[in-house]
Amino acid sequence: MPVLSYRDALNEALREEMERDDSIFIIGEEVGEYDGAYKVSKGLLERFGEWRVRDAPIAELGFAGLGVGAAMSGLRPIVEFMTWNFALLAIDEVINSAAKLHQMSGGQYTVPVVFRGPGGAALQLAAQHSQSPEPWYAYVPGLKVIAPATAKDAKGLLKSAIRDNDPVVFIESEIMYSLVKDEVPEEEYLTPIGKAEVKREGTDVTIVCHSKLVHQSLSAAQALAQDGIEAEVLDLRTVRPLDVPAIIESVEKTNRAVVAEEGWPMCNIGAQVVDDIQREAFDYLDAPIARVNGLDVPMPYAKNLEKIVTPNAQHVAEAVRHVCYS
Amino acid sequence: MTEGTSGPMTVPPDEVPPPPANGRPGDGTDDFLGLTRDECVELLRLMVLSRRFEEKAAEVYQTGKIGGFCHLYIGQEAVAVGSITPLRPDDHVITAYRDHAQAIVRGITPNAVMAELYGRVDGCSKGFGGSMHMFDKSLNFLGGHGIVGSHLPLAAGVGYSIRYRGGDQVCLCFFGDSVVNIGAFHESMNMAARWKLPVIFLLENNQYGMGTDFRRVTAVKELKDRGRAYDGLVSLDVDGMDVLAVRQAMEEAIERARVEKTPTFMEARCFRYMGHSMADPSHGTYRTKEEVERWRSDDPILDFSRRLLEAGRLTEAEYDAMDKRAIDASEAAAEFADQSPFPDPDAIYQYIYADGYPDDMKRRDAWRKEFS
Amino acid sequence: MATKVVMAQLSPTMEEGKLIEWKVAEGDAVAQGDVVAEIETDKANMDVEALGGGVLRKIVVQAGETVPVGALIGVIAEPEEAIDDLIAAAGATPVASAEPAEGPPSGTPADAVTPSAAAPVEPAVSETTSAVVTPAPDAPAPRAPVAAAPATPAQEPTEAASGRTKASPVARRIAAERGLDLSRLAGTGPGGRIVKADVETALAGAPPAVEAPSVAAEPAAPSGPPTAPSAPAEASTPVAPLESRVEEASQMRKAIARRLAQSIGPVPHFFLTTEIDMGRALELRADINARSSDGKIGVNDLLLKATAEALNRHPAVNASWEDGSVRYHGSADIGIAVALEGGLITPVLRDAGRKGLRQISVEARDLIGRARDRKLTPEEYQGGTFSVSNLGMFEIDEFTAIINPPESGILAIGQTAEKPVVADGEVVVRKRMRVTMSCDHRVIDGATAAEFLQTLQRMMENPAVLLV
Repeated sequence: MPVLSYRDALNEALREEMERDDSIFIIGEEVGEYDGAYKVSKGLLERFGEWRVRDAPIAELGFAGLGVGAAMSGLRPIVEFMTWNFALLAIDEVINSAAKLHQMSGGQYTVPVVFRGPGGAALQLAAQHSQSPEPWYAYVPGLKVIAPATAKDAKGLLKSAIRDNDPVVFIESEIMYSLVKDEVPEEEYLTPIGKAEVKREGTDVTIVCHSKLVHQSLSAAQALAQDGIEAEVLDLRTVRPLDVPAIIESVEKTNRAVVAEEGWPMCNIGAQVVDDIQREAFDYLDAPIARVNGLDVPMPYAKNLEKIVTPNAQHVAEAVRHVCYS
Repeated sequence: MTEGTSGPMTVPPDEVPPPPANGRPGDGTDDFLGLTRDECVELLRLMVLSRRFEEKAAEVYQTGKIGGFCHLYIGQEAVAVGSITPLRPDDHVITAYRDHAQAIVRGITPNAVMAELYGRVDGCSKGFGGSMHMFDKSLNFLGGHGIVGSHLPLAAGVGYSIRYRGGDQVCLCFFGDSVVNIGAFHESMNMAARWKLPVIFLLENNQYGMGTDFRRVTAVKELKDRGRAYDGLVSLDVDGMDVLAVRQAMEEAIERARVEKTPTFMEARCFRYMGHSMADPSHGTYRTKEEVERWRSDDPILDFSRRLLEAGRLTEAEYDAMDKRAIDASEAAAEFADQSPFPDPDAIYQYIYADGYPDDMKRRDAWRKEFS
Repeated sequence: MATKVVMAQLSPTMEEGKLIEWKVAEGDAVAQGDVVAEIETDKANMDVEALGGGVLRKIVVQAGETVPVGALIGVIAEPEEAIDDLIAAAGATPVASAEPAEGPPSGTPADAVTPSAAAPVEPAVSETTSAVVTPAPDAPAPRAPVAAAPATPAQEPTEAASGRTKASPVARRIAAERGLDLSRLAGTGPGGRIVKADVETALAGAPPAVEAPSVAAEPAAPSGPPTAPSAPAEASTPVAPLESRVEEASQMRKAIARRLAQSIGPVPHFFLTTEIDMGRALELRADINARSSDGKIGVNDLLLKATAEALNRHPAVNASWEDGSVRYHGSADIGIAVALEGGLITPVLRDAGRKGLRQISVEARDLIGRARDRKLTPEEYQGGTFSVSNLGMFEIDEFTAIINPPESGILAIGQTAEKPVVADGEVVVRKRMRVTMSCDHRVIDGATAAEFLQTLQRMMENPAVLLV
């Protein structure tokens, strides 16, 4: 199986889907001539032309809403945000328009649009460019929110997102674009939305995670195995709808859980996961659930401070040891 | 209506532009844009129906049968009728939250609009939208939208779809004067102009963004000047109290959009007689009774019916019969809405996701016995 | 900071307690967790541990006094710390009239009743059972001095002052499913929390091997003398002359009175008796004990095992009346009546229906031994579903026992004795034992009880089935 980078896997997904369905177009800043700010849309303008690969003005609200209107009138737009930080300018269209039009119209209009781009911190990009947007969107009924951790999932989930008939928020990662590389099947495949995946089996504790923290959790699990702790790493992949049955199944097996993610602690995905576990698996818990997340501060610029704020594998391992009382 | 009258105290008299000039296209001797007698009567009928319908809605609102916000269009009928009637069925219409008249003129039945106001299953949005969110996909009516300015980019998107498919349809987008200061307005017109999207941005300048005179918060005197910033977009203004003036300007705009893909920004100057919503009196803090009455004297229905009478295209009896039919239709709509069932509670999860609401998400609602 | 020592509530039904003994004197240094006193509750003698450290500055309640739950009994504080306010405040608490443990009783009966004892009693989980017997088993005897209770921190390591056992949810669930008493486990989690591993270890390993004295309720084999713990009253035994006296009932006696009065009133009892041929059971017991050295199996163990099996087969008997509904219990938790000086107690053999004969034997011996030492924790003598009372060692042929609510049945076991019986038309001598069952007619009907007894009888007469 060929090994692809996260970026190339996304590029393949875009290309394959656009070949398959001519109602799909991509719009965003620098997606065309520049080949994408992070080269995810590389080569697409050349292949599909400017009506299908549209360089947008820096006007996130405008082109996000354009995507919604196009979706209502028969197309399948992919709206690329250069980063999710800029998407805050467009959040009205994502929440007030895309997520609600199906219901407000009594089911008459659907909005099959994908909003995608990198989220989370990269390296020393400071407060405005280093934040995890998952919770802002996972809160909203009408949206689906995906944050894949591997190249294989990135491709399979992006293809599913494009084919989905609802608005999908698809959160990638600048750091993972090049650093994450894994085997991606050559043949056509789709990864189901809303299904978590056990990335590593274990018996002693469940680490519930998504996106970047999947990799931190896997390396923590490796270290913990040397101490005799076998951690199960459950990659949520989709944070809305959340795969609660998979979480519960794993926690019922291990009786302990750590929830790890990059974002701030208040009202984040982990807070929801903790609630789902206590509500549905209370009688299976052998320890309070621990959470690993970024510190509750805007991201500082200085390198040493950024490192302190950002959760890493060691934090995950510490949390696991804490809930394992070891 | 050439005499200047002072507006509210907050705006210096010298800054108050005169009310629209009363010079109608071809007034007295006009050929009614080449429209047949029946076509003219139809324009009048739609205006009368819209008004009688909303008068009934206002009456019913006070009995509590209609909830939430209810923004009335009374006084502005010439804009909706003059702009929607020249469209083809495959064209698109999208509008803001003051959307009852647009819905009716586009062809949604008074019954379906009233039932929507009542929040019943026979409403055009099945009771999920209400006053601000009338939809009918079969009529390409993309809805009433409740966030000021947020539907303008959607209109650009519809225009994008039309170009993408190589069609010759147009998208008509209504919005109010408060929108001209919103980013979405500029972002949308910029994209429409740059990519030649067949969108007609129709600004209904009823003078007030809720309770704020647009002149108090806007740094241009002529709103149509806002459109002049964009190459490739035609910017103009029109007397929004004159149905034929609106219709004529629209016919030209539609032609530009169909053939040349040129978008238009059109300001229709008009006036709403009622308050911003049912919660707002028609005059008081931000506008005077005199101002309202001055605009009322230029009423689009009175004016157009007078012209049809004078031209011999309508008799008094015909007008009375038309008015009675509109009143009866509105009464019948209220009766129909009252009889229509409330939405089934089982429909609560029905329209959130196109392919069904994921069962696993409902588990968090299981604390409610009816969903467990 | 001063720490109050109070009469702690140590069982759900406890309303007052008697101070048996102070383990430290005024002025002695005390560390947190030290046992400072022993008290008698309505069920057992329990240790009182210091919740804070310092010096025992003041003994407020003397040995022998009975006070309501929550009353201040002593104060631990720093040597120089002012504690007068604390003691003064305690004066406001209703302190029951003191009555010396030893010495002649004084005062009128009314004086001996504390206000709280006179208060209406809240019915609670069953704790006691009793037997109505023809000869009284408890001959008046001098009150034995109460042995100094050793500090047994391991016994209740996880109990907070509130009495709540700290355990993880999954540990609680498994323990409940398997009938394991969490309060007996030492938790290895933070703050002594009992975690899943602790429960699994406890379930996997053998129960603590306690070399108990002879099993209290074992029927005496007819060949040997009864091995009763206290000699039954015999005509030849000198008896102290009768004298009139009023003696305050012990906490246990009060609880027995309360519980059993509750029983015979609302519970419609009926009784059935059968006679069991014990020949084979005695042979089997001898056979097992001859082959094995790890702990003797008693006839009582066979009886408990047979009772458990019979309950498994007749779940309608293992049930309780609950205000209009009947609760059928998921496990056979058999109370074993154990005679004590001045009363009795019923340790509960949990989930006996799922246990083998050997395990039943070991656990019963441990429970009975610790019951005698009054070292049971409340969880160990509460919440049975059926009881067995054996007075065979007192050479009682037959008696009826009173049901221990909310249970619905109790077996009264008489002695095994040689009797003439007719077999195959001939009179032969056989070892026979009489068993009388008391039933709550709201739950159990005559035929149901008869079938149960028949099952029990057949098992005891073909005891090999108890080994499989």
